[in-house]
Amino acid sequence: MTWSLPLRKFLLYAFIIIFGFVMLYPIIWLLASSLKPESLIFSEPGLWPSEFTLENYVKGWNAVGDVTFGLFFKNSFVISIIAVLGNLLTCSMAAFAFSRLDFPLKKVFFSCMLLTIMLPTHVTLVPQYAIFHNLGWINTILPLTVPKLLATDAFFIFLMVQFFRGIPKELDESAIIDGCGPFQIYSRIILPLAEPALLTTAIFTFIWTWDDFFSQLLYLNTVENFTVPLGLRLFLDSQGESLWGAVFAMSVLSLLPIMILFFLFQRQIVEGIATTGVKG
Amino acid sequence: MRHIRKNTITAYLFLLPWLIGFFGLVLGPMVSSLYLSFTEYDLLTAPEWVGLQNFIEMFQDSNFWQSVRVTLGFVLIGVPGQLFFALFIALLLNKGLKGIGLYRTVYYIPSLLGGSVAIALLWKNIFGFEGIVNDFLAILGIEGRSWVSHPDYALYTLIILAVWQFGASMVIFLAGLKQIPGELYDASAVDGAGKFSQFKSITIPMLTPVILFNLVIELIKALQVFTPAYIVSEGTGGPSGSTLFYTLLLYQKGFSYFEMGYASAMAWILVLVLATLTALIFFSSKYWVHYENGGS
Repeated sequence: MTWSLPLRKFLLYAFIIIFGFVMLYPIIWLLASSLKPESLIFSEPGLWPSEFTLENYVKGWNAVGDVTFGLFFKNSFVISIIAVLGNLLTCSMAAFAFSRLDFPLKKVFFSCMLLTIMLPTHVTLVPQYAIFHNLGWINTILPLTVPKLLATDAFFIFLMVQFFRGIPKELDESAIIDGCGPFQIYSRIILPLAEPALLTTAIFTFIWTWDDFFSQLLYLNTVENFTVPLGLRLFLDSQGESLWGAVFAMSVLSLLPIMILFFLFQRQIVEGIATTGVKG
Repeated sequence: MRHIRKNTITAYLFLLPWLIGFFGLVLGPMVSSLYLSFTEYDLLTAPEWVGLQNFIEMFQDSNFWQSVRVTLGFVLIGVPGQLFFALFIALLLNKGLKGIGLYRTVYYIPSLLGGSVAIALLWKNIFGFEGIVNDFLAILGIEGRSWVSHPDYALYTLIILAVWQFGASMVIFLAGLKQIPGELYDASAVDGAGKFSQFKSITIPMLTPVILFNLVIELIKALQVFTPAYIVSEGTGGPSGSTLFYTLLLYQKGFSYFEMGYASAMAWILVLVLATLTALIFFSSKYWVHYENGGS
């Protein structure tokens, strides 16, 4: 049996659209439920709220005793932004050394850097925790930010090395003739031309840090230092009273920065994944 | 001579943050955790050498084997499932659809958001007793249950969550499909090859390097999954250990019971397993991955 071409096209579009809707359904349902009165979330079928309300947002924002979700957002933003700036600066410095400068042991260190990309973080976990514990850094943002100032996300160094290698060496040479040293070449030639790689690094560092539940769970232990993921986790402890409306509202807010980033930089994100294999 | 030395110093200045991080936070801790895996250590008192005891204890611990079973089950179903959907949808989207950008976005979004606590909480709800999954089953006349709190089903809800996030792999497959030269299809069409034989003898072989890449990346990621298991089971790995992922047990051992020697031993076993699996995949790739310049 062969189907005519238009019919096959129609079936293809229908499948792609319906399956796409099924894929997004949980997220759409989350958004719709966050806007419904608590009593309607599980009783009213369908997506469109018969009654809109922001009460879940108000309740969720203030659900945790003495502090509001505003504080969690502030903490998450501070950590994420320091992580972004740290990765941009220190990964690009290392990548510049690896791609443009000569020094003893370069090959050895480059191989070491590549090997650390695949390394599961668990293998350094306990000693790192002990180090931060001895420094008195537990329950501060330092264990979450200082590693980013030390270029420990080797993946991004690799990404930048690949990119820097594509920038013509002739540019460096003519800059040297003009009297530029390595610092000027780095800051005036390489960095401005490497904008796509820097942007990819910034976007993915932000997303990963924003979503990074494991390290934040490990290192932050009092409510006033909590980040958004830890704030959401608190809802698990509230037994009895149904708080799903509030949970959904805060969940929507927690996803918002990533969604905004995605829609602003959609092309870069998709290209970043396609060309380098970074995962969202 | 002085010129060379100055260049070396400059280079090391650029490398300095990485060097500190590499020795202080990666290589040093790696060596140290290898040592700790042969000790009993609770963070507050000095580590005490116990030889192979952590490993012996581990291999006799039913929780350890439970976590291995759970994680392997998750990996063995989740990773192929994810790659299947990623490839399937990428192939459909590659058929010259109008508005491919929009569809690609739609299918990518779960992968963008899926790793968050918010989505894990959502999953706990939709596979709960009152969740939307049961609403749909009710339409089909099937009586639901709380899937996340049943030992036979809880792991499957997490596998579905992982498969749902096939978007990133799909984007990589799409990029790979674009790389296949159209002439190959034209030439084989002249030779009278049908669509299916083109798929079998051109598309799949040309895509094998991308399949290899996605397989390795997803495997590494899946072996280390933590957030959804922690959230759905509220940190316990329950019900009845059915979501006791390897990393969750490692976390409990290290940071709830402060058996940090044991946790370090677990971490090294994870590294060995991961390295072995990756090596096996790369070794096997000789036999199934097609490289255009005839190998290498």
